[in-house]
Amino acid sequence: MSPREIFALRDHLGAELTGRTLSDAHTSVSLTDVLSQTVLGGRLRELSGRAVLLKLSDQLRSGLAMIELDGIARRMLLCPPDLNPAHLDALIADAGIDAVVTDEPDRWTDTGVPLVVTAQLPLVPTIPAQTERGTEWLMLTSGTSGVPKIAGHTLEALTGAIVAEGAARGPAPVWATFYDIRRYGGLQIFLRAILSGGSMVLSDPHEALADHVARLNARGVSHISGTPSHWRKLLMSGSAAHFAPRYVRLSGEIADQAVLDGLKAAFPGSSVGHAYASTEAGVGFAVNDGLEGFPADYLGNRNGVEMKVVDGSLRIRSSRTAHAYIGRDASALTDDDGFVDSGDMVELRGNRYYFVGRRGGIINIGGLKVHPEEIEAVINRHPDVRMSRAKSRKSPITGGIVVADVILADGTDPGRAKEIREQIVQQCRAQLASHKVPAVVRFVETLDVTPAGKLARTDA
Amino acid sequence: MSVRSKVIEAIQQIAKEQHVTLPELSEDLSLHETGFDSLAFAILVARLEDETGVDPFTISEDAAFPATVGDFVRAYENVPA
Repeated sequence: MSPREIFALRDHLGAELTGRTLSDAHTSVSLTDVLSQTVLGGRLRELSGRAVLLKLSDQLRSGLAMIELDGIARRMLLCPPDLNPAHLDALIADAGIDAVVTDEPDRWTDTGVPLVVTAQLPLVPTIPAQTERGTEWLMLTSGTSGVPKIAGHTLEALTGAIVAEGAARGPAPVWATFYDIRRYGGLQIFLRAILSGGSMVLSDPHEALADHVARLNARGVSHISGTPSHWRKLLMSGSAAHFAPRYVRLSGEIADQAVLDGLKAAFPGSSVGHAYASTEAGVGFAVNDGLEGFPADYLGNRNGVEMKVVDGSLRIRSSRTAHAYIGRDASALTDDDGFVDSGDMVELRGNRYYFVGRRGGIINIGGLKVHPEEIEAVINRHPDVRMSRAKSRKSPITGGIVVADVILADGTDPGRAKEIREQIVQQCRAQLASHKVPAVVRFVETLDVTPAGKLARTDA
Repeated sequence: MSVRSKVIEAIQQIAKEQHVTLPELSEDLSLHETGFDSLAFAILVARLEDETGVDPFTISEDAAFPATVGDFVRAYENVPA
């Protein structure tokens, strides 16, 4: 252990807990033995004190490299799989990268990065390393266009919520997530698996949903997280019937009442909770009462997380937020008082706050500002609707109107389409201002979901 | 279904949704007198575009918005196929 009692990931792993694994669709690695093995070909020493880019084509090697590098590298930058290669040079410069861990070493000759280390499986034996320092974790924000921002975290900040919640009762959990662990939401689950003494089953972008669920079952997954879009897709697929996790978690998008109710019905024996977190603001809170939104008394200081609402958006200050944006032209991450503006807009109704949408996602309807999420939440309440997306469409008369694409629940009689459409419009008229009521409701087979698991909003 | 009956049916459907009581839709009824506001017309034009594939008010640069129900229907009837 280092003099300042800095804990790294390796310090949460040890031989005393047996049977722990980290697995993907192809390979399973024992987390019990991992400390005496290396994915870096035994070259960890060379990476000591360096700023390391983690650029791997799979999550399994990425996770194993994180375990080795944490506490040894000065910083590590996690690259999600959908990172636009055109942005790499700017990110390397901003993060001061001087080493890369990759499975494609040929691509890195003559790139100017002085040290290239190949990550490879199977693991080979090595002498266990000792934690040397607190490594800075660099994560990319999931903005839609331009070079993503780099948010700097410490392991302590990343794991603040996990430590605060304490150990789960019962047998050690087997965690899974539909996310990629190189994004904030997925990394949270990976860290939970490591800190909880449990195992983790990784997702695979090339795997069919039914095969994924079969694998989750085979591995005994008990705790699983995803975005509401991930969960709606699972509910639509019919695969949920063979799956019975103990804990179902939603985050990354607004969890509306319809998806919470849908999950509760599909998994009657599970606890269903939604969490609020972002790459910048860290984990804010979890809501486990089965209702959308969050109680108004969550504002103020609660378990070390301070929250307030200013100009309609949720602001968070805590030791779990990122500490800065990294890079030459990086803007300030917090305001002068240390609050992160989440950009998530909330509305107080009764004694509960409800998420209405992203500040940047507002669509313009004839000069009036509309959050598409607010409309979707109303549409999704219709019992025959599984998923929807509202967007604006140009109109020669008002400039813009709302149109909605809707996926109907499995087995809905297509002959009822006209009737359902009228009911949806009626429901929207009863609950929304008239300019927010969809002018056109189209029934579609699929809606695009981004690699980060969020409903694609090309017009936002 | 003729273009005319498609247009009339769409007007009646939207009137029902918007709780607008329509007068009799005669040829020379002014569009103002239908009770439709601009939002209702925007909905009407969008739905007819989905159904017929045309939006006569966006295609033509100099198209003036019609004044009567008859003009409105003709705007759809006169679109070249």
